[in-house]
Amino acid sequence: MKQMSFKTFRPSSLRKYAAFFRLHFTMGLQYRTAAFAGIATQFVWGSMEILMFRAFYQTPDNGSFPMTLEAASAYVWMQQAFLALFIAWMMDNEIFTCIIDGNVSYELCRPIDIYNMWFSRSMASRCSKAVLRCMPILIVAAFLPKPYGLMAPVSIPAFMLFLLTLAAGLAVTVAFCMLIYISAFFTLSPEGIRMVSMSVVEFFSGAVIPLPFFPDRVRMIFELLPFGSMQNVPLRIYSGDLAGAAMGRAILVQFLWLSVLITVGKLLNALAMRKITLQGG
Amino acid sequence: MITLEHVSKTYKVSKRDAGFSSAWKALFHQEYEHIHALNDVSFTIKDGEMVGYIGPNGAGKSSTIKILSGILTPDGGTCLINGITPWKNRIEHTRGIGVVFGQRTQLWWDVPVMDSYELLKEIYRIDTHAYRQNLERLTDMLNLSQLLKTPARQLSLGQRMRCEIAASLLHDPRILFLDEPTIGLDAVSKLAVRDFIRQLNKEKNTTVILTTHDMQDIEALTSRIILIGKGQILLDGTIDDIRLDYDSTEEALAAFYRSHGI
Amino acid sequence: MKLYWKYFLIQLKSKMEYKTSFVLTCIGQFLVSFNVFLGVYFMFQRFSSVQGFTYQEILLCFGITLMEFSLAESVARGFDLFSVLIRKGEFDRIMVRPRNEILQVLGSRMEFTRIGRMLQAAVMFTYGVSVSHVAWTFPKVLTVIFMLIGGTAVFSGIFLLFASVCFFTLEGLEIFNIFTDGAREYGKYPVCIYGKRVLQICTFVIPYALIQYYPLMFLLDRGKEWYGLLPLAACLFLVPCFALWKCGVRHYTSCGS
Repeated sequence: MKQMSFKTFRPSSLRKYAAFFRLHFTMGLQYRTAAFAGIATQFVWGSMEILMFRAFYQTPDNGSFPMTLEAASAYVWMQQAFLALFIAWMMDNEIFTCIIDGNVSYELCRPIDIYNMWFSRSMASRCSKAVLRCMPILIVAAFLPKPYGLMAPVSIPAFMLFLLTLAAGLAVTVAFCMLIYISAFFTLSPEGIRMVSMSVVEFFSGAVIPLPFFPDRVRMIFELLPFGSMQNVPLRIYSGDLAGAAMGRAILVQFLWLSVLITVGKLLNALAMRKITLQGG
Repeated sequence: MITLEHVSKTYKVSKRDAGFSSAWKALFHQEYEHIHALNDVSFTIKDGEMVGYIGPNGAGKSSTIKILSGILTPDGGTCLINGITPWKNRIEHTRGIGVVFGQRTQLWWDVPVMDSYELLKEIYRIDTHAYRQNLERLTDMLNLSQLLKTPARQLSLGQRMRCEIAASLLHDPRILFLDEPTIGLDAVSKLAVRDFIRQLNKEKNTTVILTTHDMQDIEALTSRIILIGKGQILLDGTIDDIRLDYDSTEEALAAFYRSHGI
Repeated sequence: MKLYWKYFLIQLKSKMEYKTSFVLTCIGQFLVSFNVFLGVYFMFQRFSSVQGFTYQEILLCFGITLMEFSLAESVARGFDLFSVLIRKGEFDRIMVRPRNEILQVLGSRMEFTRIGRMLQAAVMFTYGVSVSHVAWTFPKVLTVIFMLIGGTAVFSGIFLLFASVCFFTLEGLEIFNIFTDGAREYGKYPVCIYGKRVLQICTFVIPYALIQYYPLMFLLDRGKEWYGLLPLAACLFLVPCFALWKCGVRHYTSCGS
């Protein structure tokens, strides 16, 4: 194991995976019509979400609010803009098919590490979709009247940390999806596992309702799960909900999970490879 | 009896260059190109005749088949099949025809062939007695008894084609359209399919219209060929009309196409 | 009807060829809509009411909407994959058979894993009805039945609309998700909470409010009695949807594909 991970991080092989990233990035950019439809869809979803929050905020004598409506709006718009980075069901069907019909053996003929290849490929397709979709949403949302629009970042350092955790959150999401891809080697009917893990991710990561809206004790547990290290951290840093020591802790947890998920993924992958080479797929 | 008179069909195809700006422009102003798929096509096919309908790719073959089977409405001209205009009275018309698309399957992929047949019995409202009789005869002629309990996905291409043909004949159609029925089949299966079609035509007097690129199909089955090119009928006659001095029908056909500039 | 039943059996048989996947997908479907419920539950852990609706009233609304959607889905979700049918040319096969096209399209694709959602809907519906403090009278029971009928009609209409558009675009448009999955998702709350503008759209453009908000107000004794009849009026939504479908079939027969 150790030797393998050492080998794959030589600069020359990094270039190889960068090429994979580029290829799948440009491929993703080609689906413009889908992107237009997606932008419109996400815009409506975002608006409805904010209108729903507004309804709760407008109701008199209504409990305590974990964040201002303005911050909640920022959270929702950022969530919609970067939906493609974090949404659980956006998985690569080609990867599943090639595992199930055994075409994965062809990939084994190439001098590459399957885990790294799929990892960079998933990162790329998610990034390209997000790049296509985020700008229009962000621009329109920025011009919406207060408190429904997207507010400016709290501070420049906070914004930099937002970008950093956005990337880390994406990596955690992809690392988790990798586990599901690899599980297909062992079950050969990934559809079910995929559906179940999808709904788990959705709920625990704060895609259904943002984590701050959960009761405090529940929230604290959720924040320690790997799912809490996905969209939760960057979106809350942007809206100013997460700052100071709590933010530092969250970032630490994020990188911890990232390394754990990748290690487990690589181990499982090695097992799967041995299974293939021994049994012929 | 099939009569086609002065049938023509033009497609409007939207023209668009690649790239973002033209995609945007196309939202507001669409440019079209007109393609004449069929241009004044007329022919008559009598009951019980076997006809080979041939022509190069894009000549208008599948448009004609689609018109004859009621899927496509032509721009002009008339078409009467057993007294019915196919596109005006689709449901009535389709009761009397069977269609085999060689490249697509009508069998349900994951269930035994027999189950697909049972469903077809329901779709065509075939009465039980007639259905049993037909199934028995077809099983016998096409040698299906071993295949009926197998899911379609496990059949070989040749086996599947035999089952497909039987599926199209369960409701005892008077006219059978075969669109490239032998494509991709091995020699044994090809012969079996051809034998069956010949036998069907002889015993039941079923009218057979066959499109194919395999000249041996034509030689084995049909005395009459209708040759279409660029949407027009170029020849309505027998193989010998184009065969002339060439060694093979294939070469003869290629030469014929060339002489008509296609 | 008999034919539909036959289609049902053959589809069920096909799916049973892959049992494990089937069961897991059902569970997944169940969980996906369970998430929506959890979202509502936790929001009400923090807040006591929304725009005058209590948790119990929201549950009733959610239960009914989800049930309407699942019923429509079990009938008409086959239209969801209609673009595949068109692109693969399988619609030709349907056209050469002597039966109604819609019936054949619905018969050719059935998603039994939706049973997961159906189950979820049944649970939510029963739960919502039982915890609601509605005094059930005959007109109110009738109203709920009308809501289920009208809701099935409206959601089926949207599925049909979605398929009809495929005749012209040849591909499914993601944007329709707003009207199907989106409507289900946001239908958990009465549409009035989203503001006046949304309520107007949902009354006059796509009649969601007629199958959800207005009759609900009657059930909760906050609306007039004739609100209970509005779901039946919503069935009229099927008329333009059906017209567009016919138009699509005509387009298909005049253009090929």
